[in-house]
Amino acid sequence: MSDHDKIYSTKFQDKIERSTVLMFVMTAIAVAIGGIVEIVPLFYLPNTAMSGGDGTFNGTAHKDKDGNVISMDKIVWNPATSAHKTLDEWQPGDGVRPYKPLELAGRNVYIREGCFLCHSQMIRPFRDEKDRYGHYSIAEESMYDHTYQWGSKRTGPDLARVGGKYSDEWHLRHLSYPREVVPESVMPNYFWLSQKSVNVEETVQTMKVLTIMPFNPIPKTIYTDAYIDGAAAQLEGKTDMEALIAYLQSMGNHIKFEEGVNYRD
Amino acid sequence: MIAPFLESCKKAVRERCVRHIRQLQSVFGAFIVNLLEEETTVEATQATPVKYDMEVVRWFTIAAAIYAVVGTLIGVYIASELAWPFLNFDMEWITFGRLRPLHTNAVIFAFGGCALMATGFYMVQRTGSTKLWSNGLAWFTFWGWNLIIVSAVVTLPLGMTSGKEYAELEWPIDILIAVVWLSFGLNHIMTVAIRKTSHIYVSNWFTMGMIVMITYLHVVNSMAIPVSLTNSFSVFTGVQDAMVQWWWGHNAVGFYLTGGFLGIMYYFVPKQAGRPVFSYRLSVLHFWALTFGYVWLGAHHLQYTALPDWTGSLGAAVSLAMIIPSWGGAMNGMMTLSGAWDKLRTDYILRFLVVALAFYAMSTFEGPVMSIKSVNALSHYTDWTVGHVHSGALGWMAMVAYGAMYHMVKKLWGVEKMYSEGLVNVHFWLATIGTVVYVVAMWVSGIMQGLMWRDYDEYGTLTYTFVESVSAMHPYYAMRAIGGMIFNLGTWIALFNIVMTVRQASALRSSGAVPAKA
Repeated sequence: MSDHDKIYSTKFQDKIERSTVLMFVMTAIAVAIGGIVEIVPLFYLPNTAMSGGDGTFNGTAHKDKDGNVISMDKIVWNPATSAHKTLDEWQPGDGVRPYKPLELAGRNVYIREGCFLCHSQMIRPFRDEKDRYGHYSIAEESMYDHTYQWGSKRTGPDLARVGGKYSDEWHLRHLSYPREVVPESVMPNYFWLSQKSVNVEETVQTMKVLTIMPFNPIPKTIYTDAYIDGAAAQLEGKTDMEALIAYLQSMGNHIKFEEGVNYRD
Repeated sequence: MIAPFLESCKKAVRERCVRHIRQLQSVFGAFIVNLLEEETTVEATQATPVKYDMEVVRWFTIAAAIYAVVGTLIGVYIASELAWPFLNFDMEWITFGRLRPLHTNAVIFAFGGCALMATGFYMVQRTGSTKLWSNGLAWFTFWGWNLIIVSAVVTLPLGMTSGKEYAELEWPIDILIAVVWLSFGLNHIMTVAIRKTSHIYVSNWFTMGMIVMITYLHVVNSMAIPVSLTNSFSVFTGVQDAMVQWWWGHNAVGFYLTGGFLGIMYYFVPKQAGRPVFSYRLSVLHFWALTFGYVWLGAHHLQYTALPDWTGSLGAAVSLAMIIPSWGGAMNGMMTLSGAWDKLRTDYILRFLVVALAFYAMSTFEGPVMSIKSVNALSHYTDWTVGHVHSGALGWMAMVAYGAMYHMVKKLWGVEKMYSEGLVNVHFWLATIGTVVYVVAMWVSGIMQGLMWRDYDEYGTLTYTFVESVSAMHPYYAMRAIGGMIFNLGTWIALFNIVMTVRQASALRSSGAVPAKA
């Protein structure tokens, strides 16, 4: 028996090591399993904000402290059942809604400038985070965020509930020259965003694309054809700075959180 | 009675298969011929030495040395921006937010990628005693990969980003990446298939695992709908996008920066030490445990987020289990030096490889600890994560890559010594000290941030405002930048040393002289 024929491990392992095809197939199977187990259920289980597009959410049912089920329409804005029927009528507390055109343009700026590299948008259920940022984030709040922006690092503070915390004027000054407002800040100056016009065409295109997404598309009852057609007029003459501020002001006040409700599992 | 019958059946089936494959071959050409070789190759003892395709490996090696300098230099610059924000110079193209993706792409995909492809093509030929399946395709991979890097350098500072960490490049470049990556994968796997040796060497298992997994990850994570040539949005939202992103993010680390570089370790440590791998069985365990297990870890990046709780817990549980194969692998590399430890005094290249293994062991212990929920509650969102990444990327990945590159340079250009062995040693110390300074700075700042954020005073209110934690970081951000500078200085020295070695070798060759003994 030559050395090459000797089996040093098991027969099966030896077989794999001698065959490129077998090695390839076994490896391809081994690396697939973990991902399938962790990812696929998130499209089906409750509390994952996967919407059927008809106001149902994979069996998600939150209960208040008396054990009564809270309607999902209170968490995710549903123009069919809400008193406020259009995006322009929508009020904070009506539930999670898609972005208005200017906010969407601002979100594009947020992504373009890599804000997510220093600011998170995901509040964890800890006492200090509640005191500092507000109620912990829930899955539904980012259900319309195609390309999620939770981030992984807080070189600056979390922004998930920054909406309404500061005035537009404060944001303008702070974004333009952060150290004029917060001397210890290490954020770059973004005054030049005031000199850039919003990309109207791309924003309108973004709205169209968001309605045809395979997962959690924005309902055509909200982004109606008429609404998309009217978007350009809302964006005309606006700057990237105004858009970014509109986006920041839209964050985190969509849901009216109630005491004693477990909004996560 | 039965056995010979089965034997003859097998033979008949096999002959029939061969016949079918030959028919297919006429249709599909050269592609199939290699599959056929796989089946019919008998153990070949090489009478004549194989002529390898090493020119493309040379180019990948030089490219890796250059990109290491560039990638870490950008890193030093953005680190300095965090310490001294005036360095953003009010120019949109060099703000932290735009350069940071360029830094990560440059070190991971430009430096790391070129190092992986250089060593991948080198090892697969040498361990299989065969030329590349297709030298032309390897050149396509080389130029394609460099085209991707150039497009990254152009598009990222312009703000063209998909907004996904470590996968920032926009969709046209993503498609190019897929094509070039598959060209590398196909060439590697087909070269394994036409090997002249009976068994596939362990390094090639790891490279193959990387090729398959990175293909899965890149394709799924990059699924987006374009709105223009330079902008697109992920098809996933919130929870699902986060899970897919960190399945990608952690396994780019797991299979590209760990698996791929473990392949390097399993070839170059034994080669440089002049010893066989300590334990073959351990390497089998190491490979399969890592290949099956690493995939599950991504979820530990999402502890306490809006994902269902089980996902993070599952990720953490498997993370903890992964200490065992990781340390088994590290020990396997270390113990390969048994009886050769004295070489560390004189062999500077071996120093790189051994310290890399030490960092590998350290990082693969630190990572699972950070995945534990109570630790993660403190460490997540802080610089501790950044420190952890860099102890892996600088201490493990870059060190093992440089060990392999020095080893290869000597073989590829047929010299016995580097231009300056002393400079290899200088580089070794700069790399080690730079990494340690960097990592220590980030440990201190990370843990400090975490503690400041959660600190309450005696009245039950938060002790520190957020910005107080920012200003407290300043000394450590400066220290981190200095650590990075030290490391970067080492990469310049390495580049100089490699270029001078190549020049010396070509001068000798053109003068027709035999390489002199220094």
